[in-house]
Amino acid sequence: MSVSGDPAFLKSLSDATWKAVRDAEINLPPDVKTRLEHAHRNESVLVARKELENILENIRLAEERSAPLCQDTGIPVMYVTIPPGFSWSPEMEQAVHEGIKKATNDVPLRPNLVHPLTRENTRTNTGLEMPPVHVCTGDRFTITALPKGAGSENVSRIHMMNPSEKGSIPRFIVETMLKAGGRPCPPVFLGVGVGGTFDKAASLAKEALLEPVDSMTEYEQDICDQVNRLGIGPMGLGGDTTCLVVKVKFAGCHTASLPVAVNIQCWAARRATVEVSL
Amino acid sequence: MKHLTTPLGEEILDLKAGEMVTLSGIVYTARDEAHLHIMEHGFPFDPHGAVLYHCGPVIQDNRIVVAGPTTSARMNPLTGFMIDAGIRGIIGKGGMSAHVRDQLRGRAVYFAFTGGCANLAAARMNLTGVHYSELGMAEAVWIIELDKLPLTVAMDAHGGDLFAVVEGHAHEVFQGMYPTSTTGI
Repeated sequence: MSVSGDPAFLKSLSDATWKAVRDAEINLPPDVKTRLEHAHRNESVLVARKELENILENIRLAEERSAPLCQDTGIPVMYVTIPPGFSWSPEMEQAVHEGIKKATNDVPLRPNLVHPLTRENTRTNTGLEMPPVHVCTGDRFTITALPKGAGSENVSRIHMMNPSEKGSIPRFIVETMLKAGGRPCPPVFLGVGVGGTFDKAASLAKEALLEPVDSMTEYEQDICDQVNRLGIGPMGLGGDTTCLVVKVKFAGCHTASLPVAVNIQCWAARRATVEVSL
Repeated sequence: MKHLTTPLGEEILDLKAGEMVTLSGIVYTARDEAHLHIMEHGFPFDPHGAVLYHCGPVIQDNRIVVAGPTTSARMNPLTGFMIDAGIRGIIGKGGMSAHVRDQLRGRAVYFAFTGGCANLAAARMNLTGVHYSELGMAEAVWIIELDKLPLTVAMDAHGGDLFAVVEGHAHEVFQGMYPTSTTGI
């Protein structure tokens, strides 16, 4: 029997999905926590420091209570890597959805997924072609959950720039945060996609949020510094810390195009990866 | 730091934007659907001195699992009638419009609670009841008793608005960085 139809394997994939979603919802990755602690130590504005203190206390309590960090448990965007010799199948996609349904019930997660017009809730966080499951090849079989909440997603932007405007990319990113203000729950992480096609740029921007946040290139650091000069601060109440990290991913694009997408991520930069046992 | 208790009265007129306070007592969660429902059917609770919490909590087995604030701006056009009815305080995140700021004058204040801090909130809350459970978990009006929830007065009853001050400053800085027109979006 091919592995894609093996019930034991599909159970393993479903369990790994459940674990990835659960871990992502409750425990922030160490690199994200370190960034927030660093921001708290360096913040000079009293209200901002109190906001960061609340955030750090909330992270501690989420672990202690084994409860989701935020009541907006988001849409669990999924990323799968499959080793050579495997191919993705509808059964596997179904197993991932089963894991999400189980996590929605067990963790529990807020059922956020609705029909776009009737607003009818599927109650499982699955269905209607959602959530997205992105598949690519890798060394190991892994599944990653990136739960994305609405507050930061709603103020994200994509702009089809003219190729001659490449120098204005930082301005577009800073302006995106200016318009977003306190709404995306800053301090934020900014995932940026430059190049590709209309859809690829948006995918890159979200994939950039999977990158470790312990370092930045000079280009990224410069944009991060510009955003912080705006003084929006934690929750838009003012302060030194508006943006913790900028991560930019590039892709080739049409010679007449320059798509730029900015996916804003709130301070709760949730992600977790679990290896699927074969 | 001031410690406030619901129902709120004239004491809220002394609060200034930027001040940090704690709040104890009963609050009512209300998001978009609850506002529309109350507008149509009237209040299921006494609005005088009451505090609304813009929040769609996760509730399981009559227990608050998590309950952080939601984006208040969605309720901008739905807030005037609440204040007219005697609501004295609103808790949320992200601030509200200049129109709401005017509606608050002499009557009510807007408190900011840290977005995403759903556990910190839940750890200081007890669920005491629910109205409109048929609206679903996120949109129902949950009756919650707070124990010293830490809040920042973001919009006071005298036109003070911390969000507007910060936003105005951010626009000035941006204009300084990029004096030409914006990217036009």
